[in-house]
This record gives sequence, structure tokens and C-alpha cells, in this order.
Amino acid sequence: MSQLNLFFCLILVLLVFANPSASVAQVDTFEFQTTEQQQRFRKLSDELRCPMCQNTNLSGSTGGVAEDLRREIHRMIVENLTDADIEKFMFDRYGDFIFYKPRFRAETAVLWFAPILFLLLGFAGGYIVWRKSKKAVDESESLDASQLNRLNDLLDSKQ
Amino acid sequence: MSRFAFFLPVIVFFALAVLLWQGLFLDTKALPSMLIDKPMPSFALTTVDGDEVTNVDLPDQIFLLNIWGSYCLPCLIEHPTFMRLAEEGEIPVVGVNYRDRQGLAINWLGENGNPFEFSILDESGRFGIDLGVYGAPETYLVDSNGVIRYRHVSVLDESVWREEFMPAIAELRDRVAL
Repeated sequence: MSQLNLFFCLILVLLVFANPSASVAQVDTFEFQTTEQQQRFRKLSDELRCPMCQNTNLSGSTGGVAEDLRREIHRMIVENLTDADIEKFMFDRYGDFIFYKPRFRAETAVLWFAPILFLLLGFAGGYIVWRKSKKAVDESESLDASQLNRLNDLLDSKQ
Repeated sequence: MSRFAFFLPVIVFFALAVLLWQGLFLDTKALPSMLIDKPMPSFALTTVDGDEVTNVDLPDQIFLLNIWGSYCLPCLIEHPTFMRLAEEGEIPVVGVNYRDRQGLAINWLGENGNPFEFSILDESGRFGIDLGVYGAPETYLVDSNGVIRYRHVSVLDESVWREEFMPAIAELRDRVAL
């Protein structure tokens, strides 16, 4: 029984890490000169976001504009443009929205730093709570001289 | 001080609640355009009627650039507004026939009326990419120097015209007058 539970837990954990976008991809019949070009095409169309359907990447989208953008990526790769050139082409037309992983700029700084900031705030809050509770425990545990004498008397009388 | 610390979680909760509540009403479909205050991308294409057309042929006054297609149902909803604007001579409207077929586009204009000075034929959607279009209908406001000043995504009906375009156009005309 417990083994079965463990099995289901494992499945759930695996599902959490599953990447649904990797499993759906539009079948295009683009031809490349090298497998390296093909891999770059896959990587770019996985990392760029479809502007029309919003929560899909270019490789997983059936939207018209996604189809056009995949064709443009293919054209630029075959024309030997670098990934940076292609990303700039996309940015100039569609802005930060096109990137699933936004580039670091003044406008996107909050996106990048907010998680670290919240983590630090959490640690700071936790530390303050921990120190307060420790202090409270320390204070309650320390006995004054008369209390100590009584305690010792009690312990002696037990024996 | 301790009073403040006591109420801090409540204050943080309400601040977050207000922030997230507002987030519910954000229009996430309307993405900011990268082309605002930039010149119209250059093009050399044909019109739906088959004539050659480049940037030189664009009106030398403030005009609307409407992205449309015969497959696009919302375009039918905004169509009467463009017909009225054209008939009353309020503002010239240039069309971009986006990801469509020339024959279907001609039929559509014949059936529903043609409010456009001309429609740029963009069967491949390549010109649309240069404009940052992601689907018809979209409408751009272009000034007399051919600089894009405003972009509206989805249907441009009479209320959008009154509330968004008329003030934007008035502002552009003021700037020219100054």
C-alpha cells in the first residue's frame, strides 16, 4: 500500500516538472543545411512567445502570426544571421513580450530582482521572529536566587 | 511601534489585495506597440487592386491604417465606423489586407463597401510583422510625417473612435498648430 502511495507521489512530482510546451510542436517542413541550424531554430521557436495566443511559444502555436514568425526565423537562420540578430528583429517589432525569458534592462529590473528581494525579506522576517522567541524562552528559563533555592529544596525533598 | 508591528500583516494583506484586485481588470490582450513615435516601416507592395504602392503613396496628412481581412469577423463590426469616417471625409483610412487572398479581399470590399483610400496587399503577413501586428483587426494612427502615433488592438467602433482616437488626433493637430 505504502509503495503504491510512493509511486503516485513520484508521478505527481514528475508531473510538476513536466514541460507541456515541449510535448506539443507544430510540424513545419523547413529545411536546413546543418543540424546545428535546425537546433537553433527549435531553441528560438521554443523560447519566443506567440504574440497572438500569449501563453504559447512559437513552436506550439497554430496562430497565423506564429506561423509567419517561424518562417522568418527560418529565413534568418538560413541567411546566417546570429541568434542575437534574430532576437533584436523580434524585440524591435514585438518588444519584451516576445521573450519568455525577458532580457535584463531598466524596465525589466523589477522582474529580475523582486524574487531575490522577497526571499531576503522572508529571511529577515524569519530571523526577527526566531530571535524574539529565543529571547522569550531565555527570559522564562532564567530563575532568580530564591526560585533556585526553592527548586533545589523540592528536588532534595523528593530524594 | 509594537502597535504598528501588530497591524503590519493586515496592512500588507490589504495592499496586496488592492494590487491583485486591480490586476484582474488589466487588459492583457493590448500589448504596447514598439512602433509608437517611429516612422512607418518602408514597403514596396501592391494594392488589392493590383497597383504598385510604396510609402510615397501614403496620405500626407493624419490618417488611419487599418489591418483587416475577409476572414475577420470583428472587422465587419468596425466596418460601418470606417464607412462613416470615409463618407464624411473626417480622416483618410488606408487598409492593410493582412494574411488574406486577393480575390477574397476584392469580394469582401464589393459586398461590404470600400472605405479605404487603397488597401495594401499583405498576403504573406510579412509587412504585418514589420508593423508588429498580431492579428486583425488593429488600427494605427499615423501623422502627416508618416510617424506612427497610436495603436488600437481589436474593434474600433464609434465609442473607441470618440474616446481614444478623437483626443489623440486633436492632440496631434494642436502640436502641428504650435
